Amino acid sequence: MPALASLLCGFIFGLGLVISQMVSPTKVLAFLDFFGIPSGAWDPSLAVVMAAGLAVAGTGYALVRPRTPIFDTQMRWPTATTIDRPLVTGAALFGIGWGLVGLCPGPAIADLATLSPGVIVFVIAMAVGMVANDLWQSRGARVFEQKLAGATAADG
Amino acid sequence: MENFTPISAAIGGALIGLAAVLLMLFNGRIAGISGIADGLVNPRTHDRLWRLTFIVGLVAAPLAAALVGHGVPMPRMPTNYAIIVVAGLLVGFGTRLGNGCTSGHGICGIARLSPRSITATGVFMIAAIVVVALMRHVIGG
Repeated sequence: MPALASLLCGFIFGLGLVISQMVSPTKVLAFLDFFGIPSGAWDPSLAVVMAAGLAVAGTGYALVRPRTPIFDTQMRWPTATTIDRPLVTGAALFGIGWGLVGLCPGPAIADLATLSPGVIVFVIAMAVGMVANDLWQSRGARVFEQKLAGATAADG
Repeated sequence: MENFTPISAAIGGALIGLAAVLLMLFNGRIAGISGIADGLVNPRTHDRLWRLTFIVGLVAAPLAAALVGHGVPMPRMPTNYAIIVVAGLLVGFGTRLGNGCTSGHGICGIARLSPRSITATGVFMIAAIVVVALMRHVIGG
């Protein structure tokens, strides 16, 4: 059942991307091009997508927050609160990549349906980037643990 | 602003918000696409099935739209594959380092009024706007 529910959610999410045309890199770049404002070429649609998404998600989250999920034992709300360097650096790197092509992860994956060779290459590179970060972070954690172990041994 | 499509943008955005609320109500999960996709490729995750079906649903949506006669146009991508690869690597690495993308931070996070997500969204928006300005009006212009 959780897998079916998740299938439905992915489908609704994808329909939202299709109807709002956020699957189109051209449409996204037309929003990001703030220098297009004076010439009238600027397309504020993405801001409307976010505003509508936030209105529904904000209201809906407030309504479901006190409940237990239907197919799980607890709601996994993110708990991190610190604005740290990885958050800001990661967001900046993501923004650079987003601006280069006009694709973020959701639309990139939905656009796989078009079998566009460029999109397929983008998604493979994106997956490699994710795995690279996972490996790099787990290596960082290991080095840190070794340092701790070393310090304890030396101190002992 | 001849390309501005406020009505379809509002309907589409509302559906994205609805999907995020339903995923929390059903499975107790945040609808962050980079996080969901990362769990599929990260060797350390163990809960792959719901992630996989979410991605299947996401890809099925444009196919279903095509079936009812509203096919998604072929995305316009850069002709230079080096740019595509670099952009893909940056999006993959950056969203994991920053723990979220347009959906996880931009929709789900801001909807929770999370200061981390508000910060991240501001940063990736500004970075993307600067890159587009440079590409279109400095290098390209």
